[in-house]
Amino acid sequence: MAQMLNIALPKGRLGEKVYSMFEKAGFECPSIKENNRKLIFENEELGVRYFWVKPSDVAIYVERGAADIGVAGKDILLEYEPEVYELLDLDTGKCRMAVAGPKGFKDDIRHTLRVATKFSKIAQDYYSSLGRDIDIIHLNGSIELAPILDLSDVIVDIVETGTTLKENNLEVISTIVPISARLIANKSSYKFKSEKIDRLVKALASQKED
Amino acid sequence: MKLDYNMLDRIQQLTLALGGIFSSHGYSQYKMGKFEEYDLYSKNKDFLVSDSVITFTDTNGKLMALKPDVTLSIIKNTKNEQGIQKLFYNENVYRVSKSTNSFKEIMQSGVECIGDIDSFSIGEVLMLAAESLNEISQDFILEISQLDILSRVIDRLELSGESRKALIKCVEEKNIHEITAICTANAVSQADADIIKNLISVSGKPDTVLPELRQMLKDMKLDDKITELEKAIEIFSSSEFKDKIIIDFSSVADFNYYNGIIFKGYINSVFGNVLSGGQYDKLMKKMKCAQKAVGFAVYLDMLDRIDLNSESYDADIMLIYDSKSLPSQVQKAISAFNKEGKSVLAVSEKQENKNCKQLYYLKDGEVKAFGTDA
Repeated sequence: MAQMLNIALPKGRLGEKVYSMFEKAGFECPSIKENNRKLIFENEELGVRYFWVKPSDVAIYVERGAADIGVAGKDILLEYEPEVYELLDLDTGKCRMAVAGPKGFKDDIRHTLRVATKFSKIAQDYYSSLGRDIDIIHLNGSIELAPILDLSDVIVDIVETGTTLKENNLEVISTIVPISARLIANKSSYKFKSEKIDRLVKALASQKED
Repeated sequence: MKLDYNMLDRIQQLTLALGGIFSSHGYSQYKMGKFEEYDLYSKNKDFLVSDSVITFTDTNGKLMALKPDVTLSIIKNTKNEQGIQKLFYNENVYRVSKSTNSFKEIMQSGVECIGDIDSFSIGEVLMLAAESLNEISQDFILEISQLDILSRVIDRLELSGESRKALIKCVEEKNIHEITAICTANAVSQADADIIKNLISVSGKPDTVLPELRQMLKDMKLDDKITELEKAIEIFSSSEFKDKIIIDFSSVADFNYYNGIIFKGYINSVFGNVLSGGQYDKLMKKMKCAQKAVGFAVYLDMLDRIDLNSESYDADIMLIYDSKSLPSQVQKAISAFNKEGKSVLAVSEKQENKNCKQLYYLKDGEVKAFGTDA
């Protein structure tokens, strides 16, 4: 009996976009489109099972084998560094990790820079590479508020269009790294389900070239 | 009462079984104490699975450690002996557990083969690894790689420290698109970039991979290393495990300690590798020993969710004795059941939180089954 392929998708806009890519790749599961609050969807015929997961949790589900495959943003992968295979850049959900601050901000290197962020590791690694000492203020949301209220000098956060920053009189100071959605796989699952997973990767990769 | 194998928990059963497997190949058991001088580990921190070590100061003022590893001690105590040393161990080590992120006592089994190693001794260690995995579950895969080949292909890219580190991380992640990006950013030739990408992509059964490998690396003078790999795997040519062996170059080990053959064992439905090993001549050299060495460890702490018995019992029989029963009468009843090979939990009142197969009462010196006239 063939094994089920367990796929963790991030809840939200990105997850829905990614699902349609999977559907096009031949891994459809029509019941997922039903408007209900179910979390698990199965297509027994194709041997595929999907579940909606909080975006920042996808990597944990995949790392621990609860899901064989998942889609997670590169920001999550850089921040938590799960031990997984990163098989494909889906070229979607594109944005960037950037340092942002008040318009016209000038960094005074005599002082320790206060950085507010959800991504403590990424911020720390970035400033270490610059040899700059920082004070990290870990926040969980509305990071843009921090420099406005003088909680921090700058922020490290995901920037898409930059509208939120602009509306709060902030601007991008520097880009740390481009971000996009990645297909990740559990290392152990990959050994036992490689044929199915390789087929999925190939089909998704060919969609990118279109 | 004779030892009943079925009364042991799965981990205990495995420990005995693995010891049996290793002994059958002439490996002798190496036993060691709980403590070693901390010095041994501080000098070789990168070799340890986790760099957290429990330390204490001994009565003589020396800084000691609760051992986090067994290999280093075995090398320290057996190096430079003549011929070949074949040793196995079942020891508790003290490490930070990945799952709980706190220190745990972990049972680890493993083998070390030190001295005049040839392709048979390497093959034999691989066979022991396969037999060990098979003992845990028949649904396993033994993944093998050759570190010298990987290291030469990476060296060819001539990357700086940081870029090389980033590339090795990408190799471990099978992250081909980022390898392309790193190579482009460092002006690596298309041909050289293709070699590393192809090396990671070509994973599968040895019969398919080895010829592809020879073709792919034909200009790199690596034929001797490919032959080394082939010779070690030859041991499986007529083995029942042949289909469970795969070659995969995304498998990486610390280049400072390992060389040659490296391998990892996976069990279906267990995340992470439960077995890890390789040839570690470089570690031997660091410990001032010119001999070769190869071995592996089985991480039994990863297996505690594998239980073949779906229901577990505290004992076969719950025996409820009344207040008038003498201790000697209770003991007599217990001994009688034990003679039948049954375990007994004797209590004064029925305990709902204990799971036993049968219920008996001891009243007026007589044992009565539940449901009979008490």
